[in-house]
Amino acid sequence: MGFFLETLIGGLMAGMLYSLVALGFVLIFKASGVFNFAQGAMVLFAALAMARFSTWIPQWLGLESAALANVLAFLAAGAVMFLVAWLVERLVLRHLVNQEGATLLMATLGIAYILEGIGGTLFGSDIYKIDVGMPKEPVMILEHVFDGGLLINKEDFVAASIAALLVALLALFFQKTTTGRALRAVADDHQAAQSIGIPLHRIWFIVWCVAGVVALVAGVIWGSKLGVQFSLSTVALRGLPVVILGGLTSIPGAIIGGLIIGVGEKLSEVYLGPLIGGGIEIWFAYQLALVFLLLRPQGLFGEKIIDRV
Amino acid sequence: MTRQIGEAILDLKNVSLSFGGVKALTDISFDIREHEIRAIIGPNGAGKSSMLNVINGVYRPQQGEIVLRGERFSRMNPYKAAKAGISRTFQNIALFKGMSVLDNIMTGRSLKIGSNLLQQAFWWGPARREELAHRAKVEEVIDFLEIQHIRKTPVGRLPYGLQKRVDLGRALAMEPSILLLDEPMAGMNVEEKQDMCRFILDVNDQFGTTIVLIEHDMAVVMDISDRVVVLDYGKKIGDGAPEEVRANPDVISAYLGAGH
Repeated sequence: MGFFLETLIGGLMAGMLYSLVALGFVLIFKASGVFNFAQGAMVLFAALAMARFSTWIPQWLGLESAALANVLAFLAAGAVMFLVAWLVERLVLRHLVNQEGATLLMATLGIAYILEGIGGTLFGSDIYKIDVGMPKEPVMILEHVFDGGLLINKEDFVAASIAALLVALLALFFQKTTTGRALRAVADDHQAAQSIGIPLHRIWFIVWCVAGVVALVAGVIWGSKLGVQFSLSTVALRGLPVVILGGLTSIPGAIIGGLIIGVGEKLSEVYLGPLIGGGIEIWFAYQLALVFLLLRPQGLFGEKIIDRV
Repeated sequence: MTRQIGEAILDLKNVSLSFGGVKALTDISFDIREHEIRAIIGPNGAGKSSMLNVINGVYRPQQGEIVLRGERFSRMNPYKAAKAGISRTFQNIALFKGMSVLDNIMTGRSLKIGSNLLQQAFWWGPARREELAHRAKVEEVIDFLEIQHIRKTPVGRLPYGLQKRVDLGRALAMEPSILLLDEPMAGMNVEEKQDMCRFILDVNDQFGTTIVLIEHDMAVVMDISDRVVVLDYGKKIGDGAPEEVRANPDVISAYLGAGH
């Protein structure tokens, strides 16, 4: 029982991190109907900026405190992501209003390559590390409830809490503020939103900024786990099955989808793995996504697409 | 108080619009006077919706100009139009389906909201007061349209007639000076049509809103509009008071076919 719970909790925490990546896709898709292929590149770019600024800033300013340097680096990286958002809206999206989904998808593919290229040029292409002081050693909890207690990875726990907090804040923002309402309106119908005076360009800028911040948080968390390197941009691929499962248009979907995938991966690895030779964790999420595509293509919480004939 | 029809508020001069080789509108001129109800009629495909889309800035005509309150617009767009006090409803209802009736109508207040993102995020003094003031205004619109009972319902779940009413509500929440209605009564039953007519007349009468209306139901059009412009194959074939238009031989043949 203790072991099962341990696996379950591990899965939930990993799942929260998948949700964070998936959230980036959902935000942009909701607001502009664009499947943003550049999300992975944004994660990498943000992580690179964070890693480099956290070494550059102490050098420039002669700072001693690592915590202060990290805070400043985070703010600087955030500013860089805002700049990226502004440029994307200004140079790409503005010229593609009311174009086909496929056109926009190709445009984001282009953005991905450009970001990867510029990221390498500006920040270098070595492997960097991000050290924001995440606790590394695992901790025992509930020792008197279970025999031997539960072993919890503190780093995952902190990361999952940050992700959960961010997700909660975003959900509140979308539901409760005027700008959130405008974002939902734009997501539903560009044309109608424009004709009641919602400024499309500003809304797109905001949404790319938010996606940039999400990418930054994901980049910092994944970067401090795995190191900042080119392969970080493939972390976004982990978000794909999550959005298929949860639905591309639903924030709760991204969260639940992430949790299901996280838990499913860990449990299947532990309990099914030995039966069929292990390594399930790698393909489980995609397999699950495939099943969902067959049975429920709109995902758990996505809007059902009904075409008038 | 009886409404006073004023000077021309919107003047369309020699507007031509084509898509590729297809001419949607050819050299059309007419004006819209302040506080009047102006109908645009014509058979299917006559270019009525195109005309409305030109006024609203969705389409840019290749030729001609739009003069709004003496100001010339050669490049109108829907956002500019909204800022200039033009709001509209859509032929195929374009509401935000996942959102409640209240939220939909609240979006109509977008232009009037001045608080910034940061203030909203923290639900900070001005943002909060503002939201409440706008909410009060929206409740007035809801009362006016008699849709109190569906305030919290997601619009996607409402029957067609009510959706049309919410669409009108969202446009009204902008407190427009010119309201463009694209077939507000299409697909409605007699009772719903009567309600909609009453709302249109009340809006015009109480708020002095200028109304431009596209409608297929001839009886309704002749009943409520002050002046009617008739289009056929993208050309203007008649313009004037309802009784004049009804007697116009070109209009009769457009509606009944040549050689009637």
